[in-house]
This record gives sequence, structure tokens and C-alpha cells, in this order.
Amino acid sequence: MKIEKIKTDFLIIGGGTAGCYAALTASEKSDCKILICEKANIKRSGCLAAGVNALNAYIVEGRTPQDYVDYAKKDADGIVREDLLYTMSERLNAVTKRLEELGLVILKDENGNYVARGNRNLKINGENIKPLLAGAVEQLPNVTVLNRVNIIDFSVSDNRIKGAFGIGIENDTFYIIEAKAVMIATGGAAGLYKPNNPGFSRHKMWYPPFNTGAGYAMGIRHGAEMTTFEMRFIALRCKDTIAPTGTLAQGAGAKQINSLGEIYETKYGLTTSERVYGTVNENLEGRGPCYLKTEGITKEQEESLYKAYLNMAPSQTIKWIESGRIPSQYNVEIEGTEPYIVGGHTASGYWVDTKRATTINGLYAAGDVAGGCPQKYVTGALAEGEIAAVAAIDYIAEHTTQSIDEEEIHAHISEIEKFTGENKSQFTIEELEEAMQTVMDSYAGGIKTNYRFNEEQLNIADYKIQQLIELSGNLHAGDFQELMYIYELRERLTVCRSVIAHLKARHETRWHSFAENLDYPEKDDVNWRKYVNSRLENGEIKIILRDLVEEGERSYEHSN
Amino acid sequence: MSIAIDKSKCIGCGKCHNVCPGTLIKIGEDHKAYIKYPKDCWGCTSCIKECPVHAISFYLGADIGGMGTKVHTEQKDGILHWVMEHPDGKVTEIEINPKESNKY
Repeated sequence: MKIEKIKTDFLIIGGGTAGCYAALTASEKSDCKILICEKANIKRSGCLAAGVNALNAYIVEGRTPQDYVDYAKKDADGIVREDLLYTMSERLNAVTKRLEELGLVILKDENGNYVARGNRNLKINGENIKPLLAGAVEQLPNVTVLNRVNIIDFSVSDNRIKGAFGIGIENDTFYIIEAKAVMIATGGAAGLYKPNNPGFSRHKMWYPPFNTGAGYAMGIRHGAEMTTFEMRFIALRCKDTIAPTGTLAQGAGAKQINSLGEIYETKYGLTTSERVYGTVNENLEGRGPCYLKTEGITKEQEESLYKAYLNMAPSQTIKWIESGRIPSQYNVEIEGTEPYIVGGHTASGYWVDTKRATTINGLYAAGDVAGGCPQKYVTGALAEGEIAAVAAIDYIAEHTTQSIDEEEIHAHISEIEKFTGENKSQFTIEELEEAMQTVMDSYAGGIKTNYRFNEEQLNIADYKIQQLIELSGNLHAGDFQELMYIYELRERLTVCRSVIAHLKARHETRWHSFAENLDYPEKDDVNWRKYVNSRLENGEIKIILRDLVEEGERSYEHSN
Repeated sequence: MSIAIDKSKCIGCGKCHNVCPGTLIKIGEDHKAYIKYPKDCWGCTSCIKECPVHAISFYLGADIGGMGTKVHTEQKDGILHWVMEHPDGKVTEIEINPKESNKY
């Protein structure tokens, strides 16, 4: 194992959508030294690897940022931070313009105006959106990118961040990175629950399987306050390929129908969670499977759909063509995915102030790790990257680097040596990962239980996850890539514990399927119009209930 | 969902290895690329678009309805061609102009 020590001003952990945009912003506004640590390669890392065919968060002609806030608030049934949503919304169009300047193709009419899809969406050719962003970052003189470096822990003392520790997964190097400010942008958590297709295609999932909740886990361990982990995200997707349904629903106007051909979406409501719940319920009541009604679309529409999916989720187009069950002749079967924790869609993540500062001094959060601000999508993640970077630059101007203690460094080296030393483990990393997914599936509201749970089941889940945490301490890694897998598993287990605690804490069912608590099957506006937050204290997850930030509030500061 | 690498075509340039978001593709002692963790592929097709000699194709697993069609992409005069080779020898090709937006 080699050891490398690096000093920088601004450390960005995760070079995905938010991380790349934060680097662009920081580089424009300051000549400070910026370092991006990315576990993959920023060219195609994060959510945008395959591309995306629409920008889902945009303020179209005639609409205002407040309209977007209201939409997101309604979808989350009130449990959002208006200050965060508003500050994001007012930047959506500017970041879109920037993307276009970087080379993104956006559909325009004959007058040169963007063509909107519905009230909030733009149609694009986003196959190359990530290479465009990454290419721009790589040209910045004061930005260094370390690809294939996986950050495994923060260094924090007296609630102030000093830097982070990482492992070079292909060069057997242990990195000690000191920074004046850090932005965490590692995305959400996939792979906590047993996926739709747990066999060969286990990673054919909605969200990047490489997003393991690392950012959440590192924050949790260092006592950062977290919010709304109980608002899990379950995507309604095309069966098998787990490809998006929005292109069919919003683009081609396809309605959700059951096996009797009845449109059921209007019966349950049109929020994201209600669309999933309706599908689950139709199946439970014997009217499954459910479909998006594409039968009868024109050949021209079909051709456009093939291309739209190739630019985003190519497996769906392949499936249509190789099976011969093409969308103009066969409706597209849909299903809910396993639950994810992802702050870009629901409101889970770090509890941040309006500037995206976490409760750890000097640590900022943007994109899917940042809570309170759902329906971010691509442009919202860019906006948050910008907000966080601006705040971090201000922080850097007033603070100096603090050196990381030798003792802390040695503790991490010893841990790595233990994992890579003699193999004393009876279990493999993969076995424990599967065990974790089975526990979450069975006892914490996975696909198996139609996303439902009760308190007794959650107690069992917690106990079993803690057993697995203990076992994971003895795992063995043959090389540094396997070492990353051990850290990833441990991150997921840490997030699982917090998810379980949050699901247990909210004594109501505000969002069907996302948090369907059978002990409390009704919504309770009197007692539960509150944020469920948490903080790890002496090894225990302490739940903190906070009052909603008032309507119309544009700013929020951490107080206690 | 995974990829197949045709070793007879691979020139060992390492571009697929560099881009894979899961660090799943390695270069072997024979200087050819191989996928070390086939079950961990997300199906993002990044490697396929990087490969200069079309040695990589992707396919759907049988568990999600795959029928054995292998897919790769080719860049011709600025147009992205998606080439689907079916087991019966037939080929389907879909062309996408990157300068044109998705209509949906």
C-alpha cells in the first residue's frame, strides 16, 4: 500500500452532476485549488452515464419558480423545505442555458424557443450530457480530478471538517486529503433492498448501482443531522428493463391501465407515490399486470420512442425490437422498483441550511445527498452544486487548513490492513450484501411485502442489520477494489439502520408505498406535519422532530 | 444485462476500462479487455461508445427477457448508429443524429 498526502482548498467528493457543476462554479469565482475525487471516471460517472432525454426541472414560459416549489411540495405532501426548493427553482433556467452553451442539444421551435414537454420539462438529446460536463471541468486550470479514488471517511474534529480519507482502487494507494472546505456529492443509495431482478440482472436497476449511500453514511457516522430518510423513493418503471416511464406517460401521453383495460391512475391520484401505490394495489386486487397504454401509437411515434430510449435507457429499445412486442402493438408492462434513498427525487438526505451547509462546519452537500429538496433532477442538482460551491468559496476565504492527526491516519491504515490481511472471514462480501437486501426486503417494506411494514418488522430488521454490521467488520478483501466493496457494504448497512429508524419514527402513512406503515395506515396532519430528522449520538440514532419551515420562507439557518 | 467483449477484435487500448462507471472492465495479461464482474454491469453502454473497433456489445440477460441480440454502436459521419445483431443473423440499425433532440 502506498500512502499519498494531498493538500487542497476545496475538496469535492463525487464528480457526478452536482460535483462537476460545483467545480465549474468554484473555478469561475475563485482561483483556489479544487480537487474532485471520483470513484469511477467523471466522463461517465453518476446518474447520467447512459444519458438523459429530458430536463425535468425547468420553468417554462408563463410559469414561475414558486410554481415549481408548489408542485414539489404537493408531490411530497408538504414535507419539503421551501427555502431550498425556491433557491433551486430560481436557478433552473440559468443552469439550463449554461448546459446549452456547453453543447447540449435542446429542442426548439421555428422561432428558436425551447419546446416544453408539459409544464416543467424540456426535450433534449442528452446522450452526451455527462461527457459535456466532464469535458468542461477537465479544461479548468485550477481543478484536479482524481479518478478511481473512493473516499471512505471524513476527517472531522470539534464538528469541523478537515478533509477526507480515500483509497485508490486501481493503484493500491491510501489518500489523506486536507481541505479548507468539502462538498459531498456522492449521490443517493441503491442496493439497500433486494432488487427487481436479483439474479444475473441484479444491477439492471433504476439508479446507478454504484451509488451506495457513501455520503449519507460518512455524515451519519460523524454526527451530521439527516432528514426524511423515511420518504423512500420507489420508481414506476418498465417491467424487466427498469427503464423510465415518463417518456411514455408524458411524451406519448400513455395512461396507466390494468389488465381489464381500465385507466386506474385517476382512482389513486397522480403524485409519484400514488402512481406506484395504484399499481401495487391493482395487482393485489387481481387486476394485474398493469401497463402503460401505448397500443395504437403511430409508427412515427414509435420510431421516436426507440430513439428517445436509446439516448437514456437503451435496453428498452433492444427489448422492444428483439422480442417483437413493439409499443404500437403491445402495451408496456410496468412495475415498481425496490426502494431507494435519493434526495434528488424525494426529500432524504443531509439537513442543510439555505446555502447547502450541513451541520458539520465546512461541509456542504448538493444533489442526491442533500435533503429537503425533492424533484431536483439534473438541473436541480446543477443548481445545488452552484449554491454549495459559492458558499464553500466564501468559507474557504475565511478559514485555514487544519492538519489531520497522525493517530487518525494510523487508525484508518490499520483498518485497511485488517481487511486486506489474512482471510479469517467465513462469509464473502457478496453474501453479506445479499443478506442485507433480504432483511430489508422482508422486514423494512421491500417488494416482497408490497412496500408495507409495521413496527415489529422494523425491530427485527434493525436487529438483523446490526448483526450484519458486526459480521462486516471481519470481511476480507483480496485487492483494493474488493476493499471498496467492503466499505460500500458498510455504508449501505449504516444507511439501512437510519432508514429503519426513520420509518419507525413517523407514526402515520403520509406517502403510500414510500412509507406505508401498517400500524398507522392514515395520514395525521395534526401531529406529523413535521420533519423527521436524526443524528447519531454515542452509537445510537437520536430522532429529532422539527417544525416545518414556514410557507414562503426563503432562508433557513442552523440554530441548534 | 451485461456486455460481451470479442477478444479477436480488441486492440487493448483500454478506453473501455477507463470509462466504466463500475470499474468492472480490466485488461488481462494478454493485453485484451475482459469484464471481471459481468453481473455488476448497469447497462449504461459507455464502454460500447468508447470502443474504436466495435469489439464490445451488450445484451439483455435471459432473466429480463433477453433473446440473444447483441448491440453495439458505430459513429459514421457524426451520426450514432445502434447496430443490433439478432441470433438469426438479421441486423436492425437505428441512426441517431446527436444534433437532433429527442421528440419526447
